[in-house]
Amino acid sequence: MRHVISLLIENESGALSRVSGLFSARGYNIESLTVAPTEDASMSRMTIVTTGSDEIIEQITKQLNKLVDVLKVVDISEAAHIERELMLIKLRATGKDREEMKRMVDIFRARIIDVADASYVVELTGKQSKLDAFVAAIDPALILETVRSGICGIGRGERVLKL
Amino acid sequence: MVLTGAEIVIRCLQEEKVEYVFGYPGGAVLHIYDALFQQDMVRHVLVRHEQAAVHAADGFARSTDKVGVALVTSGPGATNAVTGIATAYCDSIPLVVISGQVPVAAIGQDAFQEVDTVGITRPCVKHNFLVRDASEIAATIKKAFHLARTGRPGPVLVDIPKDITAQKTEFEYPKEISMRSYNPVVKGHQGQIKKAVQVLLEAKRPMIYAGGGVVLSDSAEQLTRLTRLLGYPITTTLMGLGGYPASDRQYLGMPGMHGTYEANMSMHYSDALLAVGARFDDRVIGDPANFAEEPRKIIHIDIDPSSISKRVRVDLPIVGNVKDVLDEMIRQLESGEARPNPEALAAWWKQIEEWRSRNCMVYKNSDDIIKPQFVVQKLWEVTGGDAIVSSDVGQHQMWAAQYYRFDKPRRWLNSGGLGTMGVGMPYAMGAQLAHPGKPVACVTGEASIQMNIQELSTCKQFRLPIKICNLNNRYLGMVRQWQELFHGGRYSESYMDSLPDFAKLAESYGHVGIRIDKPADVEGALREAFTTHKDELVFLDFIVDQTENVYPMVQGGKGLTQMILSAEDL
Repeated sequence: MRHVISLLIENESGALSRVSGLFSARGYNIESLTVAPTEDASMSRMTIVTTGSDEIIEQITKQLNKLVDVLKVVDISEAAHIERELMLIKLRATGKDREEMKRMVDIFRARIIDVADASYVVELTGKQSKLDAFVAAIDPALILETVRSGICGIGRGERVLKL
Repeated sequence: MVLTGAEIVIRCLQEEKVEYVFGYPGGAVLHIYDALFQQDMVRHVLVRHEQAAVHAADGFARSTDKVGVALVTSGPGATNAVTGIATAYCDSIPLVVISGQVPVAAIGQDAFQEVDTVGITRPCVKHNFLVRDASEIAATIKKAFHLARTGRPGPVLVDIPKDITAQKTEFEYPKEISMRSYNPVVKGHQGQIKKAVQVLLEAKRPMIYAGGGVVLSDSAEQLTRLTRLLGYPITTTLMGLGGYPASDRQYLGMPGMHGTYEANMSMHYSDALLAVGARFDDRVIGDPANFAEEPRKIIHIDIDPSSISKRVRVDLPIVGNVKDVLDEMIRQLESGEARPNPEALAAWWKQIEEWRSRNCMVYKNSDDIIKPQFVVQKLWEVTGGDAIVSSDVGQHQMWAAQYYRFDKPRRWLNSGGLGTMGVGMPYAMGAQLAHPGKPVACVTGEASIQMNIQELSTCKQFRLPIKICNLNNRYLGMVRQWQELFHGGRYSESYMDSLPDFAKLAESYGHVGIRIDKPADVEGALREAFTTHKDELVFLDFIVDQTENVYPMVQGGKGLTQMILSAEDL
């Protein structure tokens, strides 16, 4: 089962490697991991997408909580939540492909953020599946480069992950 | 008061009332050693290898309730310390290890004796720190001691660059430290404890299974009271030996791979199992699937939530300090009316006595050749069961655990989790320093002892009268045993040729060496060591039966009920 784990961690050097080291040492999967400071710069928030049985997810949560630098851990995928990922994709755009690309960008509600003679850079935000669909809709020969942020997640409504 | 970083380090150790620092100097810690030289509150024990420094600090901690402290230099000093740190980590031993580092500006430049100590030790410490300014030293060391001794204890490493130890700053040792991200639970959940007591009282085949957590939390007294109050059978793991008196009738011996038949059968066929500060290790329950075949309610008390439901599903988790939880269980039992069902308990004990009557610890003694078990039994007799006993790792470790019957906690020092050969002598050194005048024995083998044999020199310098009982079988005994049983008797690289004359070797360091090769001389030699040579280190080299195996045995990956009781079962 896929789970999205959010955590607050002291914003200190080495904090990220404590988390990533834990996953590799114990053989847990990391599908994606994103991290950045929160509004309080002394803390970072991390979103980890992982897969595993209920027992493994329970262990992951407990092991993360055990790290001295970790302040809070929540499996946000246990309840209603929102996931978003950012993708920047550079596409070859020449001749009539330029128009076609533009149309595709509109359909997916993406944005062209860089225009060059023979290429566009497209910015697209959404659920993982939407980003996947966009990539699938483009002729692979025209994709020059993609970069994805990994997902960020937040609980819906009153659920708040805060100190 | 303005002090240098090095002076601050030493002042912090004084404030923490550290009696001994085990260490080895080097370039990156020269300022710290200079500060150490100019005071006499904290005493330094100069070992001969950094691995032994950490093990000795660990042995000091295991035999007391104090935090062990080690000091090593950067680079190889730190990497040599890693085995010691990992050993302590696996057994949750509170340590503070201070390592020198190259100057801040040189970090990352591949400087001489530079290694990423914080990176290398990260997976085997409870926490570690790299200090970047002298003003951080005091608070960091305070945190290190706090982290090492609270919650589930463990080693904490503080890496200090050399220039930081020369830097001057204002010193004040913090009285209190609080870390918003670290708040270990102490008291167990009242409701859970109440339910646990109820499950225990309703059980027909109850069993208590206690581990190292009992020793670490100094709750042998509580465990004993609770066990006697209930009248239930109890087993203690390798790490929990001494947590309950081995001479007591309710005690069934150690469980697991080389545990007793009665302990394993009672664990397996219990209908309610109270696990106290234990972690259902693979060497204890064998195959978890086999263990799960018999239905039973499991209550698990542990300070570390991640130990609960890790290898077996637990019905009633109680997160908390073992001592507090046991106190509360006793309180509830004593204030309530309910008592265990006497008929069911009598029937259960009848079954257990039947298992016990198999007498699984019997071995064939000999008049011609020394049996290793016999040496441990005699050691127990000669010391009146009252010595602190360290061991290394292998067959001798199991025989020491099986035949030296520990009645009190913190008397048995061994590497249970990591299984580190070479811990025996350093553990004995740490314990002897912590308990001057008390008999300390190191049960070892000719292979393990050679992994830190250089410490005979430290023992001379610091006049540590430990008694080394070398069960010399000229084999890596446990490896040989597995090769005999599971690899068709192909003894690949497990025979040791060209051994030194250990008695002479000990003498060359200025100690007493005795070689014993007849069973009739075992007791006499031990008595001589503990009386005539009471104040000297004695190296007793017992030439023992080469082919003796450790029984009973549960083979790796098998279930607790699939035991080999003796060679005849093969």
